[in-house]
Amino acid sequence: METAFGITGKGYVLIASDTTAVHSIVKVKTDVDKIKELSPFLLMATSGEPGDTVQFAEYIERNIRLYHIRNNFPLRPPSAASWIRRSLADSLRSRKPYSVNLLLGGYDVSTYKPHLYWMDYLGTLAEVPFAAHGYGSYFTLSLLDKYHDPEATVEEGLATLKRCIDEVSKRLVVSPDRFKVKIVDKDGVREIEV
Amino acid sequence: MSIMQYNGGSVIAMVGKDCVAIASDLRLGVQSLSITSDFEKVFPVTDRLFIGLPGLATDVTTLREQFRYRVNMYTIKEEREIEPQTFAQLVSSTLYERRFGPYFIEPVIAGMQKTPAGGYAPFIAATDLIGCLNFAKDFVVAGTASEKLFGVAEGLWEPDMEAEDLFETISQTLLNAVDRDAFSGWGAVVHLITKDQVITRKLKGRMD
Repeated sequence: METAFGITGKGYVLIASDTTAVHSIVKVKTDVDKIKELSPFLLMATSGEPGDTVQFAEYIERNIRLYHIRNNFPLRPPSAASWIRRSLADSLRSRKPYSVNLLLGGYDVSTYKPHLYWMDYLGTLAEVPFAAHGYGSYFTLSLLDKYHDPEATVEEGLATLKRCIDEVSKRLVVSPDRFKVKIVDKDGVREIEV
Repeated sequence: MSIMQYNGGSVIAMVGKDCVAIASDLRLGVQSLSITSDFEKVFPVTDRLFIGLPGLATDVTTLREQFRYRVNMYTIKEEREIEPQTFAQLVSSTLYERRFGPYFIEPVIAGMQKTPAGGYAPFIAATDLIGCLNFAKDFVVAGTASEKLFGVAEGLWEPDMEAEDLFETISQTLLNAVDRDAFSGWGAVVHLITKDQVITRKLKGRMD
């Protein structure tokens, strides 16, 4: 089942998401990239209604890019989070709301601080040290309560992330078989193999 | 369960002698799953006026932004700061605008109101989700722990408390009420407002 989680550490944010596309009871694809790279220092993991996630993620991506082009600097993580939240909140009270849940990870190059935001389809926004969406959250949140360290190095952060992935694989009935992991830090966004 | 209880959270405001206090818990959850313990629901409007917005978390943020915008417009047009009484009417009409598709928030307002004599008098008010105002002389409550807050406040509140007594009363009322509510708690924040200062204190609460 669809699962995404993110953790912050010393100067970085890690975001992991499953890679399966499901239609009814069938796995259609196992290499879907659900973590969008919105800007050089912003990552966004999406989950929810299949069509909506892609449409909404692309809408956000293009608008963040447009802002970057118009102003010659990208939107910083807190501002990007506010703008995305507002888009979802407006959508909620429209004729056809997007049902998309998000994790937004970013590195603020002006303050040298990592930011992680938890957002749901209602437009609920919270800045958090670690977060999860989907059925995996019931396993990973309690694990992260115990093992999360905001001062952890990337290696330690990845070890914690590995614990979460292993726990989901072990205990979730229909567990995803592959996870994609991306990191954002002072060097920008990139994918990491786990 | 109702959408009003979806994210959890509670707010209370109390009147003292030449002071008012407003406090909220810090929990944000999704049904019984807690997401974060630093989600504040009370926001400053002016130096002597605060608004608490318990209810659906998305509307907490939306209304907070909406009120900031409308108060800024008022301040620019009128070239003066908004008074609590006036702000209460603004809150009421903002909510009633959405009469048939409301924001799921029950605001609580607390501040010091300018009197014609030139002094300041304590002011508290609360509304329901469509903006029906309730001006109280003692205390107002809202949120998922409102029944418990009513009970404890009824027992602890007395007229004309000094600032520090009021702080103790509102803190104990809130902490003990949210301990009996599964959807509120995880710490609290208290704002104590007098005519010339605001004291904000964060309280630690039970984390279960």
